[in-house]
Amino acid sequence: MKLREVLEIIEGRLITQNVDLDMEVEMGCGADLMSDVLAFTHEGTLLMSGLTNPQVVRTAEMAGIKAIVFVRGKVPPPETIALAEEKGIPLLASKYTMFETCGRLSRAGLPRCGLFESSLRRWEEFFEKQREIE
Amino acid sequence: MKVTRTVQKKEITKLQELAYELKVGQAMTTDVITVTPQTTMAEFREILRANRISGTPVVEGGRMVGIISIEDLIKALAAGELGATVEEKMTKDPVSLYADEPLIHAVSKFERLGYGRFPVLDREGRLVGIIVQGDIVRALLHRLEIEYHEEEIHRYRASHIFEDILADRITLVFRYHVKGGDFAHGGEASSRLKRTLTRLGIHPHAVRRIAIASYEAEMNVVIYAEEGEITAEVQPDRIRLLVTDRGPGIPDVEKAMEPGFSTAPEWVRELGFGAGMGLPNIKDCSDEMRLESEVGVGTRLEIVIYLEPEG
Repeated sequence: MKLREVLEIIEGRLITQNVDLDMEVEMGCGADLMSDVLAFTHEGTLLMSGLTNPQVVRTAEMAGIKAIVFVRGKVPPPETIALAEEKGIPLLASKYTMFETCGRLSRAGLPRCGLFESSLRRWEEFFEKQREIE
Repeated sequence: MKVTRTVQKKEITKLQELAYELKVGQAMTTDVITVTPQTTMAEFREILRANRISGTPVVEGGRMVGIISIEDLIKALAAGELGATVEEKMTKDPVSLYADEPLIHAVSKFERLGYGRFPVLDREGRLVGIIVQGDIVRALLHRLEIEYHEEEIHRYRASHIFEDILADRITLVFRYHVKGGDFAHGGEASSRLKRTLTRLGIHPHAVRRIAIASYEAEMNVVIYAEEGEITAEVQPDRIRLLVTDRGPGIPDVEKAMEPGFSTAPEWVRELGFGAGMGLPNIKDCSDEMRLESEVGVGTRLEIVIYLEPEG
């Protein structure tokens, strides 16, 4: 999905300058926990987040996140914008909540990042244990 | 010798890739000089001379009806037929190319047919340009110039380092200093390491794993310790990452490895960190992991990621 379409679907606005609106994002992830972003995304992901500090951009850079959408009307401080411009990571703004922003994009066909082995293992171990107790 | 061959092979592949990507329309000359069927061969000779070209399409009523070249002119000269019209001497129904065809079609047509030029048409059959072999070379070089921007040049230079250095064992060592409590600059060391590894031509998947592990470890140093150091040792088949700090240490290493266990203060959590996922994340990214810590002294984290052989 192109950033141009993302903006249209979420009725969003651009924060950073000189953005290539034809840039493709391959999937979406919504998270406010940076460790979750690092663990549960792939290269080429569009990140939805309510966190606006510069570490969001750093995290995006490390995880190969293509662009970031700030949800629930949050706008980032200047240092976040400056770092994003430097790293060439487009910042977008959505007035909608995390749920609605992700929902709109998902409905429009933006794929999810899928399941991850590490979390699935923990999930299965937990319910395995619970069954043993019963 | 081996190095040179590899370089050449890579360059050719890149050129071939571009020849598929670029369209004939992007390489052709659009400012086409044409003649009509009624033009005489004498007039045609003047047109060639004045424009320093070797052939033109023949157009009548907006449609291309043939092509005429310097070879046709030479034959006409030899036969003393300079008064003849272009129509009598031209090649009818010339082989042409479409503007939206990949450039590689032009390359193969030049090679197969041996002609000096091809007229270029749009899908409605209108003449939109002309292409000679020099146009192809120029378009490819121009595109290469655009594509090889600065970062690629860095990457190109650095990625051959393993081939260029001769030794039984090669280890490149990169060291980065990390300041504790400096949240504003937290992650800079990992950012620089990631860029360095990318330039070295290490596979993006491996780079991403190292970058994530290094960043999580760096943020731990920033949050908990006074100062620390990140060392990356790059070998052709593996990367060893060592993160050491002078800090409070971890009282119970096993407990710290449990997902969700955290001792992070509230301000750290508000920034999106300290949810007890850092160490489990590092473990998931690495092939080997060792964590040693002494309370009141510091922590030493060592991870190894194997690099898959290329090919």
